[in-house]
Parts: sequence; structure tokens; C-alpha cells
Amino acid sequence: MVRELEKYLRPGIGVTTYCPGCGEAILMGLILRAIDELGLNMDDMLFVSGIGCAAWIPSPYFNADTLHTLHGRTIAFATGAKLANPKLKVMVISGDGDLADIGGNHLIHGARRNIDLTVICANNMNYGMTGGQVCSTTPVGAVTMTTHQGNPFPPFDLCRLVRAAGAVYVARYAVTQPLPLIRSIKKALQTEGFSFIEALTPCPVQFGRRNKLGKPAEMLKSLMARCVMKERAEKLSPEELKDKIITGEFTDGRD
Amino acid sequence: MAKRVGLEVSVAVGDAAKLADVDVVAAYPITPQTHIVEHLAELVANGELRAAYIPVESEHSAMSACLGASAVGARTFTATASQGLELMHEVLYVASALRLPIVMAVVNRALSAPISIWCDHSDAMAVRDSGWIQMFVENGQEAVDNVICAFRIGEDRRVLLPVMIHLDGFSLSHVIEPIILPEQSEVARFLPPYDPPLPLDPEKPVTVGAFAPPFIYTEVKWAQEMTLEGAKEVILECWREFANTFGRHYSPVESYRTEGAKVLLMTMGSLSETAMVAVDKMRDEGKEVGLIKLRLWRPFPFAELRQAVRDAEVLIVLDRALSFGGPGGPVCSEVKAALYREARRPEVVGFVGGLGGRDISMADFEEMVNQGIKLAEAGSEREFEIFGVRE
Repeated sequence: MVRELEKYLRPGIGVTTYCPGCGEAILMGLILRAIDELGLNMDDMLFVSGIGCAAWIPSPYFNADTLHTLHGRTIAFATGAKLANPKLKVMVISGDGDLADIGGNHLIHGARRNIDLTVICANNMNYGMTGGQVCSTTPVGAVTMTTHQGNPFPPFDLCRLVRAAGAVYVARYAVTQPLPLIRSIKKALQTEGFSFIEALTPCPVQFGRRNKLGKPAEMLKSLMARCVMKERAEKLSPEELKDKIITGEFTDGRD
Repeated sequence: MAKRVGLEVSVAVGDAAKLADVDVVAAYPITPQTHIVEHLAELVANGELRAAYIPVESEHSAMSACLGASAVGARTFTATASQGLELMHEVLYVASALRLPIVMAVVNRALSAPISIWCDHSDAMAVRDSGWIQMFVENGQEAVDNVICAFRIGEDRRVLLPVMIHLDGFSLSHVIEPIILPEQSEVARFLPPYDPPLPLDPEKPVTVGAFAPPFIYTEVKWAQEMTLEGAKEVILECWREFANTFGRHYSPVESYRTEGAKVLLMTMGSLSETAMVAVDKMRDEGKEVGLIKLRLWRPFPFAELRQAVRDAEVLIVLDRALSFGGPGGPVCSEVKAALYREARRPEVVGFVGGLGGRDISMADFEEMVNQGIKLAEAGSEREFEIFGVRE
């Protein structure tokens, strides 16, 4: 992370807890850059996170109000904070396991009630912090510590799920698409209502290693090759779209 | 003949569930429990264990899925820790009241907030009244043996109750110990197949867990209490049988070097091993100190406890949990209650320590004994002392 963004970190923070090659430290930088570009005051912000690797993005690193809560309950905690103090700009940063599995009910009901929250879901496709187990976003066939013969269950399409539940802004980008992802975070922060961004991030240590996806740099390259923007995807055949991940904005509140 | 092998205790606990030939495992990852269920997932995947492994989306779902599986008559196992156990809380009460003999390893860990992944017994104490049979183990062998015993005890027609085996997080769960895994055939002889009296079966429909108006609810709860109290006899019988078969002996309250001891220390879980070494040292120095280890927590072994401490002058109880605003640690307050009507009883001094993974060393136990003796002589105005706290 560049020096100019260090002002957003708590003094004394030297290193993060992230494994070598983890995409979540990239995401941390992108979130701070979006906040910086919008000129938001960290004193007006509250960051709510749950349990898991991504929950450590704001807590304890961001020099702002941070509320590090229970596994899965982020959106419920954030709802309480936002409604009790509507002036707070409330951002939820947590992982796929936290937001979509154990906290999946809060996610869809937060979207249904259209609470004014910006939710960043770092999707690394497994439970990274506990050592790499299957979760609701793990691809079919993937090897994890609890699916040694490959995951038999299809994953959630989180963006479709949250959009169907009523979110007004829904987007998906990978950390390998930094500029669109920063733009998306800015837009989500400026959107009134429930905004949701799924940020795809490689987990080389727990997920990549077991699925022979190569070293961190190779995982990043693979993510770059697999992600196609929605507009381009519309022109591709189903054959060409095989193994591709469609990224972009799926709703921005106007449809 | 089974051999002694070096095994991570979590893996050995998974192996014990496999030796018990479980049918269903439903679990959710949580530190420091995860290695147990990861190992079971692996055993299922590679065909060593014919069982359904359900990777659910939360601990609430884990215990609910276990409840469903047990209700149709499956031998069911899970493991959890800390917040996971708390998230299961409401389901635990249903499992015991529905008399479903689910076995669960609880790898003890402190409760949030602040977030701590390290050991204490606050998770166990929060589910003290859930109606489960509960025991604490101090090493890997005890964990393995008692997971096997748990199925036999819980599934006994005189019991039909779920069982929790508490083992300390990290300091026990993650260490590699020499452990004897019994042979599958020996376990099969010791542990008969689960034969539920009233499984959910379309051929013979039953109603489970329905509404109970005030005229019957009290009777149901009393029956549950009588059963849990009565389970102690079955537990003793199982441990006797286990000793006959496997040669290792267990009892609800264990005494270590208590002969002639004026001062007794009382512990639960893996710290008992450290306390034994501390007692050895104090004995070598000529101090009349012994150790009481409480293994069976529910049903509480009143008679055995009274017997074990009756000749002591001072009983120093260490709790690894706080009962906020209450009479001190839950174990100590129950020990005091158990001794209340005794004409001859030791002065009981309570310490709370080892919270959130803080270690208690051999020297700490010696210090605790010294402080405890002084407090017993001088009399304390406080209900308990918090050990080693920085104020």
C-alpha cells in the first residue's frame, strides 16, 4: 500500500495478518483508495466486520470506528448502528463464509429492507481462516479440507442472490480489476440504500494450493484471464463463456 | 493388540468417532475444533468410514442436522467450540429433551468479546444446564476412550441422552500425544449398534417434540432430571466394563496423592496434568497437598466428591470461567453447595484463572496453594480470588 494511504491506518500498524499472496490486502488498499478519492472523513465512518480473514481488513487496521463482531452477524450489527445514527456512513467488510453462509439470512433481509449500508464481500471461495473448508461459494469439484473428493454442491451466485433480495446496487469485480473495483466502491458508497460488491480474491495458501492453482502470481493471472466484463460477455457464446466469471455492475438502482 | 502411536489429539478424537462407526457427522469449522471434523471428512472421502458428512452453513444447522439424524436412528457425532457451542445453544436443550444420544466433542475456548481463540471453560459453563451428560478429559487417551464410552452411555436404553466430551483447546487439542487407539473389532464388541426405541419411521409414525401445556411440562422435565441423575449408574457401569475390556480406569472424581493431605487442589481438564507435577514437587518438599480432578460434570457426582474431600482441611478450587456478578467460578460454587450440609467439610477457597488461554504453570499452582492456605486461615471477605490478574 502506498505511503499516502497510511494516514487511514491506526498508528503503529506495521504488518497485516494476511498470508503471502492473499488478495485481501490488495482489497484493503482499494477500499482506502475509494474512500480517499471521495474525500470521505474517516471520523464519519463505521466499519463493521464479522469473523474470518476479510473481517480483519478494517479491524484493527483502519483508523476509524470499527466494530468487530460475531461470525455471521455483521449486517444485523450494522443495521442497528445505521438506524440509531443515520449520519454514520456504515461499511460492512467481511468474507463470503461470514456474509453468505452463517450470516446468509441477515444478508438477504438487509437487502430486502434496503438498509443504507455498503457491503463489501471478499469472496475467496472457502473458509480461509479456519484452514480451508468448503463453503457456499466453493466451486463444484474443488478440493477443500472437508471435500477431499471435490465439492459436490453448486455455489451461490451472490450477486444474483442479493439482487433478487432487493439490493439497489450490486456489482462483482476481482482484485485484479483494481480501477473498476475502486470506481464500484465509490459508487456503492454514494448510493443510498443497500449496496453490495462481491470482490473476488485469491486464497493461495488454503484454496489455491489444494486445487493446484499455482503460486500467488499465477492465481492472479488466472483470475485476470477468467474475469470478463458483463458488456463483453454479452457478445460471447456459451462455449466462450465456459470457465469465465462475469464481472461488472448488475444493478445500479435505476432498473 | 492395539499399539500406542503418536497422534494429534484432534485427529485421535476423529478416529474415536470412526471407531464408534458413526453414521452421520454434521459440522461447521471453528478454531480450535476444526481438525476433528476435517479428519472425519477425510475418512468419509477415502472410504474408511461409511457415513454421511454434512458440511453445514453454521453450528446452529450442525446441531439441528445432528438432531434430525439422531431422531431417525443414526449414530451421530459433531464437534464444536466457543461461539459455535453458543450458537447451538437452543438446539442443545431440544436434543436432550428429545432424548437423542448425539455425541459432541467440545474443544473448550473462551467466549467473545474480546475475540479469543484460546482455552478456558466459559463455553462449557454456559451450557451447564442444557441437560447433556458432560465430562472433562485431561489428555488424548482420556478423550479417545470417553468418546467411545459416550456412545455406549448415551445410547443405553436407561439413559438416551446426548453427551459432551470437553477437551481443552490448543493445549490439548493440538498437541501430539502417545495414544492407544483400540482395534475396531474390540470397539464393536464393547459398543453395540444403536437401537433407538422410537425412531422416525414412516411404517410406525411417532410425534416428536410437540406442544406441552402446563399440565404435563413439569412432569416431562422431572423425568428428564431423574434420567440424567440416574445416568450416573450407567456411566459407572460403562467405565467398569471399559476397564475390564481395555484396562484403563475412569471415575467421576479422581484423587491424586490425597492420602493424608490436609490441603487439596481441585482442577478440571488438561491443567490437571500440570497440577499433578506441582503436587509431586510439593509432596517432595514434605507439604501435605493432594489433587482432586473432577471428570464428570453432569450429572454432578455429589457422593463421590463428598467422599473425596471429607478428610481435608482446605479445598482450593480452580475455575476457568467466571460467573459474572455471581458467587465466583461455577465449579467452586457447585462444590460449596455440594458440601453445605456436610457436618465435616474443608474450608473452600475459590480461584478463577487460566482465562482466554493464559497459562497456569507449576509454579502458579504452588503459589495458588500457598495463597489458598492463607485465605483459608485468615478468612476472605470475597467469594473468590482472580488468580494472577494485573489490576
